[in-house]
Amino acid sequence: MIRWIRQQLGFDPPHQSDTRTVYIANKFPQHGHYIPQRFADNRIISSKYTIWNFIPKNLFEQFRRIANFYFLIIFLVQLMIDTPTSPITSGLPLFFVITVTAIKQGYEDWLRHKADNEVNGAPVFVVRSGSLVQTRSKNIRVGDIVRVAKDETFPADLVLLSSDRAEGTCHITTTSLDGETNLKTHYSVPETAVSQSVSRLESLQAVVECQQPEADLYRFVGRITVTQQGEEIVRPLGPENLLLRGARLKNTKEIFGVAVYTGMESKMALNYKCKSQKRSAVEKSMNTFLIIYLGILLFEAILSTILKYAWQAENKWDEPFYNQKTDQERNSSQILKFISDFLAFLVLYNFIIPISLYVTVEMQKFLGSFFIGWDLDLYHEESDQKAQVNTSDLNEELGQVEYVFTDKTGTLTENEMQFRECSINGIKYQEINGKLIPEGMTEDSPDGAVPCLNKEEELFLKAVSLCHTVQISYDQTDGPGDPFSHANGFSPQMEYYASSPDEKALVEATKRMGVTFIGSHGEIMEIKTFGKAEKYKLLHVLEFDADRRRMSVILQKPSGEKVLFTKGAESAVLPYSTSGEIDKTRVHVDEFALKGLRTLVVACRHFSADEYQEVDRRLHEARTALQQREERLVEVFNFIEKDLELLGATGVEDKLQDKVQETIESLRLAGIKVWVLTGDKHETAVSVSLSCGHFHRTMNILELVKQKSDSECAEQLRRLARRIREDHVIQHGLVVDGASLSLALREHEKLFMEVCKNCSAVLCCRMAPLQKAKVVRLLKTSPEKPITLAIGDGANDVSMIQEAHVGIGIMGKEGRQAVRNSDYAIARFKFLAKLLLVHGHFYYIRIATLVQYFFYKNVCFITPQFLYQFFCLFSQQTLYDSVYLTLYNICFTSLPILVYSLFEQLVHPHVLQSKPALYRDISKNSLLSFKTFLYWTFLGFCHAFVFFFGSYTLMGEDTTLMGNGQILRANRQLMFGNWTFGTLVFTVMVITVTLKLALETHFWTWMNHFVTWGSIAFYFIFSLFYGGIIWPFLHTQDMYFIFVQLLSSGSAWFAIFIIVITCLFPDVIKKVFYRHLQPTSTQKSQMEADKVSVSSEYDTAEIGSRGEDNRPLIAAFPPPLVQPHPSPSLLRPTRASDAWTPCAVSQRGKTPAHDWAGWWSE
Amino acid sequence: MKNEGKSAQRPDNTAFTQQRLPAWQPILSAGIVIPGFLIIGLAFIGIGIGLFLTSQTIQVQEMDYTGVEKDSPCFRCTIPSNLNCTCEVTFSLSTLFTGPVFFYYGLSNYYQNFRRYGVSKDYNQLTGDTRYFKSRSPEEDCSPYSYDSNNNPIVPCGAIANSIFNDTFELYQIINGTKKQVPLDGRGISWWTDYNIKYRNPSPVNGSLAKAFDGTVKPINWPRPAYELDLTDPNNNGFLNQDFLVWMRRAALPQFRKLYRRITDGDYAAGLPAGNYSLTVHYNYPVLSFDGRKKVVFSNVSWMGGKNNFLGLAYLVVGSLCVVMSVVMLVVYAKFKFSDDDDA
Repeated sequence: MIRWIRQQLGFDPPHQSDTRTVYIANKFPQHGHYIPQRFADNRIISSKYTIWNFIPKNLFEQFRRIANFYFLIIFLVQLMIDTPTSPITSGLPLFFVITVTAIKQGYEDWLRHKADNEVNGAPVFVVRSGSLVQTRSKNIRVGDIVRVAKDETFPADLVLLSSDRAEGTCHITTTSLDGETNLKTHYSVPETAVSQSVSRLESLQAVVECQQPEADLYRFVGRITVTQQGEEIVRPLGPENLLLRGARLKNTKEIFGVAVYTGMESKMALNYKCKSQKRSAVEKSMNTFLIIYLGILLFEAILSTILKYAWQAENKWDEPFYNQKTDQERNSSQILKFISDFLAFLVLYNFIIPISLYVTVEMQKFLGSFFIGWDLDLYHEESDQKAQVNTSDLNEELGQVEYVFTDKTGTLTENEMQFRECSINGIKYQEINGKLIPEGMTEDSPDGAVPCLNKEEELFLKAVSLCHTVQISYDQTDGPGDPFSHANGFSPQMEYYASSPDEKALVEATKRMGVTFIGSHGEIMEIKTFGKAEKYKLLHVLEFDADRRRMSVILQKPSGEKVLFTKGAESAVLPYSTSGEIDKTRVHVDEFALKGLRTLVVACRHFSADEYQEVDRRLHEARTALQQREERLVEVFNFIEKDLELLGATGVEDKLQDKVQETIESLRLAGIKVWVLTGDKHETAVSVSLSCGHFHRTMNILELVKQKSDSECAEQLRRLARRIREDHVIQHGLVVDGASLSLALREHEKLFMEVCKNCSAVLCCRMAPLQKAKVVRLLKTSPEKPITLAIGDGANDVSMIQEAHVGIGIMGKEGRQAVRNSDYAIARFKFLAKLLLVHGHFYYIRIATLVQYFFYKNVCFITPQFLYQFFCLFSQQTLYDSVYLTLYNICFTSLPILVYSLFEQLVHPHVLQSKPALYRDISKNSLLSFKTFLYWTFLGFCHAFVFFFGSYTLMGEDTTLMGNGQILRANRQLMFGNWTFGTLVFTVMVITVTLKLALETHFWTWMNHFVTWGSIAFYFIFSLFYGGIIWPFLHTQDMYFIFVQLLSSGSAWFAIFIIVITCLFPDVIKKVFYRHLQPTSTQKSQMEADKVSVSSEYDTAEIGSRGEDNRPLIAAFPPPLVQPHPSPSLLRPTRASDAWTPCAVSQRGKTPAHDWAGWWSE
Repeated sequence: MKNEGKSAQRPDNTAFTQQRLPAWQPILSAGIVIPGFLIIGLAFIGIGIGLFLTSQTIQVQEMDYTGVEKDSPCFRCTIPSNLNCTCEVTFSLSTLFTGPVFFYYGLSNYYQNFRRYGVSKDYNQLTGDTRYFKSRSPEEDCSPYSYDSNNNPIVPCGAIANSIFNDTFELYQIINGTKKQVPLDGRGISWWTDYNIKYRNPSPVNGSLAKAFDGTVKPINWPRPAYELDLTDPNNNGFLNQDFLVWMRRAALPQFRKLYRRITDGDYAAGLPAGNYSLTVHYNYPVLSFDGRKKVVFSNVSWMGGKNNFLGLAYLVVGSLCVVMSVVMLVVYAKFKFSDDDDA
């Protein structure tokens, strides 16, 4: 019983065994004492709360935040001891803050619930009691047989039982899981593959035993026991038998599978764990400031307590005749009194810690981040994608970036491969209009003539069209507007899927040239050479791996001859080639690389019958080896891929994205160092770097490549450092390759960093994904602690994106992995400029001022209260009424700063974008530097002193500000009491603090006007109202008519006026002097913008209202940058979108899964 | 969710979403600030002069009568054993003290703003709610001035009421050696709202206010119970006694004045004529134990209130600073302009 309860409560995991046993179709053994295992259901829960646990859980989470907890403590102290203010004064703001945060979190959670429900409620077909039943996804249980039709995603992790194909295979894509776009073949065991119908599945008796769920997508160990005619057949199960939730069925009409991992136990769910929280630099300084303020608070409280006891040492102050103590007070212990006094002072001054800071910051970030998604300039028309904000915590960090680490392929380039050139048998060819034209010749062959290829050309093309792992999808859902097929002359049904875009580009290219890959059926690969079909038997595939950097296929020609085709990096193929035009090809490959083309070398080898037998035998041995299979395979591959006959080389272009050069240039002007990290080869990387403006022609390019040993590397580094020192006028660029980098990082980190920092551009090539992250971490942890930003599009960039302070995903072609793990996602690299220079700048300015202002206004608020203690014997008398104490932060001064922090624009966005150097003004967290913080705090104290002593002197002995008697009844002489004094200080304070923000505001929208003047007006109206009524539920009516009496005195108005002006006047002078004597570049451009602003603003506004279509162009590129697109790009929009379509089509259907998954990364 | 093919995701092109809201973009540059400061400065100087001159016209006659000094007329009253002591303070006015003249008493080193002192009252009681005569809400606020030694409830309870200022004054003009009493008007010296709305006497029982106070005792320091505060004017009793109301409005600072009487009637409606005056003080209130001082002040007011040179001076100083700064800025601005031209 106890154990059962403990299990229910989750203390004991319900199953401790290492395996789970799944009875297919839940046919449990009839006999024997079978204890059913408990499995999670198929609900996906990304939401944090339910209706029932929302309040306790959310409260718990919120009070884990130190500031909230602090206010809770203050609140409790107020409840417990006799404190100057009622518990409401801190309870209400706390309640307000907690409620606002809870509403925000509740809303976010509601969205998650909605996404969950969409996923969980998706219709699925399950085999139950002999028929196919439609049910909801969440109802799938482990053991259910699920039917999935073509192009559907799998609702749970399934073990494939059968498909509509006789051999029981199916194709899937796992794009949404790991970003790989190729089709993968999955298998079923032969015993179940025959059960292709519901009725036959019904009679299937089988048990799956497999490991407990784990996150590794590529690991699955299990076995299936099929009972056939009383005989048990056991088959092993591996990852190739498992269909993962989130993957999509392709090319197969339907499959049946048994659910083994469901819901939160599926591999997909296990993979989307919560990301580590990134904290922005602003938040860190905010916490530092909070601690400083806590110090001030403690200091003030302790000082007050000590002074109180110093005063009380004399009896005449301690207990004058008019104010005697009760016996209880006299007799209580000194220490207790001391502590309770200290706590009371703490309560009195606790408002110096800005309670609503966190909630305002959170609201600001949450609401402010919408502007990124809304920005039309960050909207990519062709792919219909807008910028996406995955976390709003880092908005301001966008304004602080010092290093940008960018991936190359897919980020700087389109990742849209185009076959450009090739070299066949030592002759260079170019593709022009789907024909191969040897270099130097023009396209002179008359149209319609049958192109004839010579033997070498044909062999080369065949090799290219056969040596790959491309799959074909015959797509029946060809809409009329599927331009992809028309543009490339494809039959509408055919679509190539490849794991690498290069392969796809090559196969498409050969197709255009007349050698069409039609498809592979089982072991037969079929190609059509100028209409003539040829069938090749695929004997072996020697898969690509990163170490060999090549792949091969062994085929049997229709003539029965056996041939090996190899394709790979030139460094991996040329050394093994023995015949063919090796030298010429090498020259051509280098030329291609210099043009920025991605090169592959193609070779072949003809086997004699004996050779093939040998090859076949060794391959088989290696593949079936039980031990050291990998090593043996490598050995065999090396044995096979030698004595190659070189056929030629291909050059594939990866087009640069639009405006990459301008963007990199802007970033550089903004003082941001751009590092390109790529897996590409050295030459390609350098040429792309040059063409995208990352390296200039004028730059002195230093190289740290091909370093083999430690000492050599150190020597080279020192040489480079020396060169930099000698030549400090010229700009330097550094090229590092992966191997040299790891050497440099191992021993000579400092030296390497020194070299890097003096280079204006760094290019790292041949980088492994983890190395990318390592480079980012190296920079991040260097002594200056620069803020880093990583941008990439592929799964290989994820580690880097997660490592950097800000991770940006490009919504490219390599799946959604990067996007999902990023903090922000944009469609194109060029958007980075606006994201950083404009949005980043704005967000930073806004939040920095927000934070500083909050501290300032709370110092202003509470310091007069502290000063008042000196005039009231440290008796903890509050200066302000408790309603004012309560509402100051949540009503009177909350909205202007919030609106400011949402809408402030220091400079016009056009100016920010056209003058990237303005970004330097805010670098290094300059607005939140300690100096600035001290300035604001000092200002706060000064203002507080002016408020207090101004009111003090002007009020004098309660007579000088007496009512004038003419407004009220004749010659009535009235006196002000302590509440009037406090209200005067408070009035002056609200006005000054609001106007101080007004001085900081540079962008006055109607909303700013509304909240600024509205706040002041609200204060007055509220005070009149509050003071105008005898409030039945208050037990004192201290504030009754105070405000009216105050305002009815003419000199009070004079006093308010002079105090406010006195506070703001030095600040204005300071601003003007700084602006004119030491203007920052931002201020300079403000002045310039000011001169033209009137006209330009009206222009843009007019254009905006008139033509919606013109807008984005004008808005995207500020006038100086507006220029006609270079002519080649006129073609681009159509082409880019064409190429995009297949992906877009395949992704549209799976949006629910994406939405859902998106919430995980929150 | 609308799905219009290609542009479903397209953000709205509105001024708001594109952060293009029409806005006023002021810049604090010298061009605006210099004239602004000049105008503000001149205006302030003008106001300052006005205020200062007005303040100068206000006459104030202030006399300390604590009696600390041996030669002070009230010295003998400072001896604690000397009960019901009366002393006389004389002063002379050389010119007419224009009316209406206000008569204050002032205390210093007296902390009416002490927190415990401040809460030591029962508001419900003071609204005349007799339920709170016997009990208190909150109970502890009035202690130790809540019940007397016989545990009888004190009404009005609390430290403020108990410590009411109880010196009284009579003012005489000395004309040819004879004393002519100056009539002092004690009506309407408290806030109108205090008198008419905030404070209430308990409803008289059988027409007698005293009956309403049955079962309660007077505050310990009071000579008479609340319903007999003013023996001359029956309407000036209970919680609606003007002096009581004035006292109940706590002063903000330890040095304060409170209005005692006005001189508006009879021969003195136009003010106190030049001459010799004698102020008879019924000295009751002890202040020496806490180094306190007592004084009386005669003052008149102007349109801006009582005498306050500081307000005028503040305007003058800030105004001249504004003007000076605008000149300085002008010089700097001119220099800056030139250097800017050099750069260009």
